[in-house]
Amino acid sequence: MNIDASQGNAAAFLHRYDGLAGRLPGAGIAVVRALRDAAADTLRAGGLPSRRVEAWRYTDLAPMLRAEFREALTAVDGAVSMPVARADRRAVFVDGRFRADLSSLDGLVAASLAAVIETVAGRLNTVASASQPMVTLNTLLFEDGLVLEVPEGVDAGRLELLSVASGETASTVHPRHLIRLARGARLVLLETAVSANGARHLHNPVFEIEVAQDAKLSHIRVQREAAGAYHLAHLGVRVEEGGTYDGFVLNAGGKISRSETHLALLGPRAAAHLNGAQLVADGQLADMTTALDHTAPNCASRQTVKTVLAGRSRGVFQGKILVRREAQKTDGYQMNQALLLSEEAEIDSKPQLEIYADDVKCSHGATAGALDADSLFYLRARGIPADTARSMLVRAFLQEAVEVVEDEPSREALEEAVAGWWDQHGGAA
Amino acid sequence: MLRIENLTAVIDGKEILKGITLEVPDGEVHAIMGPNGAGKSTLSYALAGREGYEITGGSVTLNGQDLLEMEPEERAAAGLFLAFQYPVELPGVGNANFLRTALNAIRRTRGEGELDAMQFLKVARARMKELSMPEDMLKRGVNVGFSGGEKKRNEVLQMALLQPKVAIMDETDSGLDIDALRIVADGVNALRGPGFSALVITHYQRLLNHIVPDRVHVLADGRIVTSGGPELAHRLEAEGYAGVLDEAA
Repeated sequence: MNIDASQGNAAAFLHRYDGLAGRLPGAGIAVVRALRDAAADTLRAGGLPSRRVEAWRYTDLAPMLRAEFREALTAVDGAVSMPVARADRRAVFVDGRFRADLSSLDGLVAASLAAVIETVAGRLNTVASASQPMVTLNTLLFEDGLVLEVPEGVDAGRLELLSVASGETASTVHPRHLIRLARGARLVLLETAVSANGARHLHNPVFEIEVAQDAKLSHIRVQREAAGAYHLAHLGVRVEEGGTYDGFVLNAGGKISRSETHLALLGPRAAAHLNGAQLVADGQLADMTTALDHTAPNCASRQTVKTVLAGRSRGVFQGKILVRREAQKTDGYQMNQALLLSEEAEIDSKPQLEIYADDVKCSHGATAGALDADSLFYLRARGIPADTARSMLVRAFLQEAVEVVEDEPSREALEEAVAGWWDQHGGAA
Repeated sequence: MLRIENLTAVIDGKEILKGITLEVPDGEVHAIMGPNGAGKSTLSYALAGREGYEITGGSVTLNGQDLLEMEPEERAAAGLFLAFQYPVELPGVGNANFLRTALNAIRRTRGEGELDAMQFLKVARARMKELSMPEDMLKRGVNVGFSGGEKKRNEVLQMALLQPKVAIMDETDSGLDIDALRIVADGVNALRGPGFSALVITHYQRLLNHIVPDRVHVLADGRIVTSGGPELAHRLEAEGYAGVLDEAA
């Protein structure tokens, strides 16, 4: 590849953009082209963040920036191995491209972004901020995504969103998903990201999510990509009066995985759950970063994040809660806990509460430690072998995180991912 | 037969057990009484194989098998059961799952078939009824939100399910009201028979009104200082440890 190093650490992505600019969706739409060009300027000038940037202090992207990725637009038409279905409707993306033949969107107002970009161009980067590095990168190269509207008062049930990286390739995909729930609408969005064993791809999804008045979105992300993959997700979420965003993120794959959510509660009585779990094995880094903005009174936010670390691994939790002066009677709760199964594991935890209102209830806590010796002895004293006892305690730790997910098939998907991870990595812990 | 010979143990460099010799023949229930700090809990943890309890000398055998060579779970499989003074709460571990995992682990080592969920529930429910335990205690996390009495009953339930050869009951009476005490004692008494023996460790004589021991040993400063029949417990209650210890010295 002919990459101009003077273009900084994002040179490879900029090079790809130069080659693809005329063929990417929206190339003929001025507003889209302007967004992409602005993203290119930003990356050319500042690059992707190094650890000197505070928000990226604990997550070093250098290995990803050194990796070589292939063309984003290599469409794969062949059969791909798909996770077991957990809903009647699914939107399937293989190597970043919408696959109508594998999808079923019956009864939904949904389409592939590439197909409808003209109608949604004006919404791009209105919920997610172009100043966020992973949004910038995605803006430069997004090639497809899911556009979904749930009309007023409609309970759309459950939809699966599947992202599959098909082969042992080092592809890079940058999906842009636009999800909008109108007043009083409801949806369970169960998202699963998987890749073939040995895959070293980059998956850089950006979500722009709008939850209107009294609507409720349950968004469960099950990220179990290959151990060599890079997963850098950004979720922008806006919740209006009385609306609820009920989110759960499982980070259980990837050499470097970061799920970053920026959520604003914009009207009274809006609610947000930003729960999650991270399962990090030897050689991996998982990062859950959230920024929650309480702008209106009488809103509630709940966050429990649990991280299990095995081998030589690193976990990151950054949780910012901003309570603005107008946001009186805010009820906020944040807890993050890490279980370190190895002496070589490390967790960096940064809770950050910024409170300007004077009548609020906000609590937070953080713990990090090894398995409890008393608990382990209790189980072994009952005849339970040490490895089984350890497994029971780790699963119990995670169970507490997962059991808050109300939708049963989603909870089962999470439990299965946890079990699968433990089967693979529990012995080495 | 549980045979403890000249057992010495050290915690954090401090010798707590200073040469304990004791035999509990099959079918017998022995009590160990002693003042605070005598080494009662250390003895129970040392017998069960807890980490951090360094055995510096002596031997412990159960029906001729060397217990000290075994991991805690192997001791349990060999037939040793420790009823904890402070049962641990395990949030996220369902009580039913815990009990069945333990029972099946023990059954496997005995060469018995594992019980499936239905078979297990049938057995567990019958035992729980005997112990006046509400059935929803199976659904809850292990000991999570249990009262002191419920935790101790849960210990006895585990014992009844696992059917050990010898049970060590570490201050099982602490924190129990009189009704709970009777239920727990009945649970132990129900197991009494030629294949079961117990070492009941307690500070007070109260429990021994309900579980009448064959022998009573007085533990003080890491040694058995005197032994006798059930009447020794009554003397301790009447005269206090000071009197009995003075006489023994």
